[in-house]
Amino acid sequence: MNFLNGITLLLIYQLVGEVSVRLLELPIPGPVMGMVMLFISLVLSDPVKAAVEPAATSLLSHLSLLFVPAGVGLMVHFHRLAEEWLPISTTLIVGTIVTMAVTAWVMQLAGRWVTGEKRQDD
Amino acid sequence: MTEPKLVQIWVYLSASPLLGLAMTLVVYSLAYRLYIRANSNPLLNPVVTSVAVLIGILLATNTTYDVYFDGAQFVHFLLGPATVALAVPLYQQFAKLKQVWLPVTVALMAGVLVGTFSSITIAKLLGASLETQLSLAPKSVTAPVAMGISEQIGGLHSLTAALVVVTGIIGAVIGTKLFDLMGVKDDSVKGIAMGLTAHGIGTARAFQVSDQMGAFSGLAMALSAFTYAIVLPWLLGLIGMID
Repeated sequence: MNFLNGITLLLIYQLVGEVSVRLLELPIPGPVMGMVMLFISLVLSDPVKAAVEPAATSLLSHLSLLFVPAGVGLMVHFHRLAEEWLPISTTLIVGTIVTMAVTAWVMQLAGRWVTGEKRQDD
Repeated sequence: MTEPKLVQIWVYLSASPLLGLAMTLVVYSLAYRLYIRANSNPLLNPVVTSVAVLIGILLATNTTYDVYFDGAQFVHFLLGPATVALAVPLYQQFAKLKQVWLPVTVALMAGVLVGTFSSITIAKLLGASLETQLSLAPKSVTAPVAMGISEQIGGLHSLTAALVVVTGIIGAVIGTKLFDLMGVKDDSVKGIAMGLTAHGIGTARAFQVSDQMGAFSGLAMALSAFTYAIVLPWLLGLIGMID
């Protein structure tokens, strides 16, 4: 029952998210809106947290599985991949490394700067 | 069993969504077991092995992706509720997040800008078509959101889905090594960089390192999905790539 309640709530938040981005003509996907709404509910209400937690945790523990069907979609694009394999693979590898390194570096730097400021305040 | 009966069964199975769904779950559980046996070696990421095996099976049995997806869509559909569910780990790390909101915000801006321009610039320099460049632009965004963005900016959403998965795998495979090389030790920094670059697949990997890294990765994935969805169409319009 617990799991059923949880998954029902998740679907309701997704549904409300989908409807509201369409009504408000927001350029963000429905599930992201649903996530924001659920987050606000969690901050405001303990019962929501108890109801949604078990289902959310078990769904997220197998997050990798959910990407498999989309990944198999690569087979549809073999032709394009064969033609543009060099730009695509270079972009994926170099772009990923650069983005990850810059993000970590900037956050570390900003973190040190913030804690440094705090120490000066003391 | 006689030959025609086997053929009849195959005809039934190949027309029903049952086979695609069951195949996805069976192949994934085997791939996952292999991954655990190999002490979570990132090269054996269960998404990589499952995708490779499934494509192999589909090609060998002459099955089209559409037929497979009729069954697999039930798994694919769960990406939506799973995105909503990310609010839970986000909430669990809320106290920690309040302390680091400023560095997270700065890192998020830098990550989204570098992520967008690095992919477009590299792809363009090496002669990728405009469609491919646009399909690559949201490669770091979680699949359901990336597909929506891709469609909106004129990319190919199914190509984007596949590129997103490959990006996630690359991030999950190289992430921990890269952080070691850079001397990054704070799990909250590692998590933010992982989730921003490698979305859900990176987040799944981050949870194997620690709950803290996982939660921050989930947080970065959620925040960056939100930011990319708003900023990317506007940014590409600004540099004149789309109308």
